[in-house]
Amino acid sequence: MTTMTDPPKASFRLSMLVYDTRYRSLTFQALAAVALALSFLYLGSNLINNLRAAGLNISYSFLGAPAGYDINQTLIEYDSQSSNARAAVVGLINTLIVAFLACITATVFGVIAGVLRLSNNWLVSKLMALYVEIFRNIPVLIWIIIIFTIMTAVMPAPRAFRGDEPEASMLFDAIAFTNRGVYIPAPVWGPGSMMVVATFIASIIGIFAYRRYATNLLYATGRLLPTTWPTIALLIVPSVLMFFIMGQPIGLDTPALKGFNFQGGIKVGGPLIALWFALSIYTGAFIAENVRAGIQAVSKGQTEAAAALGLRPRRVMNLVVLPQALRVIIPPLISQYLNITKNSSLAIAVGYADITATLGGITLNQTGRAIECVLLLMLFYLTISLCISAFMNVYNNAIKLKER
Amino acid sequence: MKKSVIFGALTVAGLAAGAAAAGTLDDVKARGKLNCGVTTGLVGFAAPDANGNWDGFDVGVCRAVAAAVLGDPTAVEFVPTTGKTRFTALASGEIDMLARNTTWTFSRDVDLKFTFVGVNYYDGQGFMVPSELGVSSAKELDGATVCIQTGTTTELNLADFFRANNISYEPVPIETNAEAQQQYLAGACDVYTTDASGLAATRATFENPGEHVLLPEIISKEPLGPLVRHGDNEWGDVVRWSLNALVTAEELGVTSANIAELSAGTNNPEVNRLLGTEGSLGEMLGLSADWAKNAIMAGGNYGELFEKNIGENTPIGLARGLNAQWTDGGLIYSPPFR
Amino acid sequence: MSDLHANSVAFVRTETIPESPPPGVASGPIKWMRENLFATPANTLLTLVAIYMIYLILAPTMPWILNGVWNANSLSECREILNGKSGACFAVLSERWPQLLFGFKYPAEYYWRPTLAFVLLFAAVAPVLFFDLPRKLLVMTALYPFIAFWLIWGGTILVPILALVGCGVGYAVYQRFVASNFAAGFFGGIAAAFIVWSLGGAMIPEGASEAAMLQPVPSRDLGGFMLNMMLGVTCVSLSIPIGIALALGRQSSMPIIKWICVVFIEFIRGVPLITLLFVASVMLSYFFPPDSSVDLFLRVVIMITMFSAAYIAEVIRGGLAALPKGQYEAADSLGLDYAQAMRLIILPQALKISIPGIVNVAVGLFKDTTLVSVISMFDLVGMIRGPILASTEWNGVYWELLGFAALLFFVVCYGISQYSQWLERRLATDHR
Repeated sequence: MTTMTDPPKASFRLSMLVYDTRYRSLTFQALAAVALALSFLYLGSNLINNLRAAGLNISYSFLGAPAGYDINQTLIEYDSQSSNARAAVVGLINTLIVAFLACITATVFGVIAGVLRLSNNWLVSKLMALYVEIFRNIPVLIWIIIIFTIMTAVMPAPRAFRGDEPEASMLFDAIAFTNRGVYIPAPVWGPGSMMVVATFIASIIGIFAYRRYATNLLYATGRLLPTTWPTIALLIVPSVLMFFIMGQPIGLDTPALKGFNFQGGIKVGGPLIALWFALSIYTGAFIAENVRAGIQAVSKGQTEAAAALGLRPRRVMNLVVLPQALRVIIPPLISQYLNITKNSSLAIAVGYADITATLGGITLNQTGRAIECVLLLMLFYLTISLCISAFMNVYNNAIKLKER
Repeated sequence: MKKSVIFGALTVAGLAAGAAAAGTLDDVKARGKLNCGVTTGLVGFAAPDANGNWDGFDVGVCRAVAAAVLGDPTAVEFVPTTGKTRFTALASGEIDMLARNTTWTFSRDVDLKFTFVGVNYYDGQGFMVPSELGVSSAKELDGATVCIQTGTTTELNLADFFRANNISYEPVPIETNAEAQQQYLAGACDVYTTDASGLAATRATFENPGEHVLLPEIISKEPLGPLVRHGDNEWGDVVRWSLNALVTAEELGVTSANIAELSAGTNNPEVNRLLGTEGSLGEMLGLSADWAKNAIMAGGNYGELFEKNIGENTPIGLARGLNAQWTDGGLIYSPPFR
Repeated sequence: MSDLHANSVAFVRTETIPESPPPGVASGPIKWMRENLFATPANTLLTLVAIYMIYLILAPTMPWILNGVWNANSLSECREILNGKSGACFAVLSERWPQLLFGFKYPAEYYWRPTLAFVLLFAAVAPVLFFDLPRKLLVMTALYPFIAFWLIWGGTILVPILALVGCGVGYAVYQRFVASNFAAGFFGGIAAAFIVWSLGGAMIPEGASEAAMLQPVPSRDLGGFMLNMMLGVTCVSLSIPIGIALALGRQSSMPIIKWICVVFIEFIRGVPLITLLFVASVMLSYFFPPDSSVDLFLRVVIMITMFSAAYIAEVIRGGLAALPKGQYEAADSLGLDYAQAMRLIILPQALKISIPGIVNVAVGLFKDTTLVSVISMFDLVGMIRGPILASTEWNGVYWELLGFAALLFFVVCYGISQYSQWLERRLATDHR
């Protein structure tokens, strides 16, 4: 392209649109734009013709109409007279709940399995390899169904808790595992409970302060303070002391079998547990592979250098290997989180009321507004996905190696 | 490379489809097959057997229409539809008629633009509970967990019923009947609710049907019937009168056993008109003269279809009840053939 | 000196001692166990926990599997045979075997057709997967889609032959013009193929399908694991060219084209496959011309192809980005235009790098084909959840069926991922 003299300025000719590389890209783009516009036009006109032929129209007014159905897990106020839009929001919240919970547990499973897979222990590392291969190579839908079936078929029904000699009994007389879900005691906040909560929060702040102090001391003087036991002590002792000082203000509302179901306490529904567990254990296998690849990507020299400095194996892992491995692990981890969110749409297979089940399921069935519902559904998921990836990209940039 | 084979298939398919005419009746005749939407499987109403042959009460209606139009009760393509896909399948022309337990409601008729051509089964939503619970009325179900099969009017009726009686419940929406059954049998729900006929059909497949009872409350009106698209009245008439022919045949005592004999000519002018030996009803519909005869021979008259698929001698064991002929105190009533 | 030394000590060994085996604790299985299972107390604990877990899993499942009943006609018959023992009822697999594989509507007398197509699949993919095989076998790969189409759907042989002729003519035209101008060859080839198809389409007689050698089978009758395989194979092979185009478009310097590709890819990757399948089942038919009816199988293929194309595009984009800049510059300095540079220099290298990634997408996609059961298609999972579990005879046989489905998918996916790892190792040596 570089020539010693400028080419003579030729006047623009039409043929240059095809033969001159400077203008050819314009031609291509114009063609592409026209082709795109034409295909949209074609699809749009087909849609309009088809709808007209069927006497239908596109209208979102159904969103304001009463939904007419009940949902079993609602975090915001909702009943069958609420609008379809509100049902969609209930579903959206449920989607976010299961996605959030599954992201956390999947990370935990994945990190444990990934680290154990590199363990010296032959049996353990083979077991973890088996776990990873089995879960990665079988569709998540099958896992969700299997785990849901385990939930319903293996766990006792609430009626098994009834009678003088029940077949099933509650754990610590407080937690009931049934095939409808797990019932756990709910805290009852009496007067003065705020003080306990405040103490608890204060002790968490205290833990961070102490750890920071220990790190600073280590860097400044080389003295190593113990952290594990003080952390646990700080976490528990002050809150427990305050709890008794205030005269045990926090009570427990334990679930009890009344009528058909357990009443009282907090219910974590069976479909939620099945979906949550299936998504976490399935995605955990993928995360385990990411974690293993990340750890193996840290060159052996780093480990050896750290060992040469006299660091103990756990510190080598925590201070040298993991921080470097994290940079490799985070990007694929983000896409796994996105996968969890998207896979949570399989909730309909287990009857969990996520947004696919409310907006894309019952609302769609009842109103027959298929196009509107599916478009809205895709819009919701797109927004969630874009938000997660935007948030994670910010985080990723923050921890990225600052190269100079 | 593989891309092109689809294009090739598309081109050919496009050419074949290009011949499609305006009316559904002409379409069906040109195609030589009736595309009939059914459920994905509900024993007694529409379910494939081990060899993949569809069988059931709704299937019988499809076969009758196919026999009336094409003269061949096997010229039916059964398209399984879910609660979600059925209306789109019909509206977009993928199926010619929908004979799936679909309740005739105002909004489906008016807003979704479908024509319900009649009612082949008067149903209502009921409840099934294990008899060990000792429940004798749906009003005692306060706090119960209820399994619902999604995609029907069931959810709405249920919400209305519990709201009206001011009792609480916990819904568990399930996609397919098989999974709802599994949930119910495992005790993950106390109650299973769907149309009473569906409950009976489901209970029939249980190991111990006797351990489950249907509660007396019927909380909704569910007139189930075949439906077609709005705006194609010729086709709507064909389906409507094929159904009516089955009903009239029972009323007049025309059965698959005696139809050959009767179609030689009888003293009853209405039978003659129905079977095409007198008048020109078939011609008016755009069908052959013996259309109704074919429809009835496909699987018998309404009563025979009922007895064979869901009647008291089948595992499903439904009594005629509301679905008896009007002469027997039921609601099944056909306008006259004249 | 030596003499003196010899006399000064009492004993001198004159021959070497024969090597003795290491002590028992430092060799053999004991050493191995000490090092690999009981190295530290924590390790010992882990081992014991692991053994206990294996026991927990195997204790109930082994007798269940070993007691399995293979011959019965219904669950209750199974229970009678087992007589209270714990045992599986594998009879459901043997009784419903063809349904699990082919769906419940594929005509039984034609089961050999998809089976043959499946066997031929190996012959078709082998030359693609293993570079060492003679290149001439690629002819089989090129012919396979037409043969498989004809075998599975049946109907007149004229349709696949016509499609093949169209492709052949298109390829000939492409070869003729590509030397002078890629775009002319590419679009000319497509146009030529379309001309052949439409001309030939008009010539195929109306009733050809009835008088066919193979009875036509409508695609609605496809089902079972066959449907999963077909969706997987078709969609992956269709989505590779589209994915390449999208990846190149995303790398392009032309803003409009780049923008179109970015929006498409990000949109598809942002929504779950199940919503795209809803589009296929409830929405897509509204977008086709009013008179045409495109069957559900084709609609699902379109949506899944779009889905996997977006993911493959991202993999290939990674491959393109991983190529050293020098390759692009070298191609430019040789005076190659864009099409030539891509075709001859960039894509062969970029695709080679991306193969493991593409295989991963393919495995993921194959697993995701089970989602079609949600939109009432009877694939393997759909067959299990629908007709089989709903039938009177097999109402309640969950574990056997789900376990079978899991096993089938595991075998296929594990096989593919092992291939991918083998390929990765091989490609790694190539680059050294």
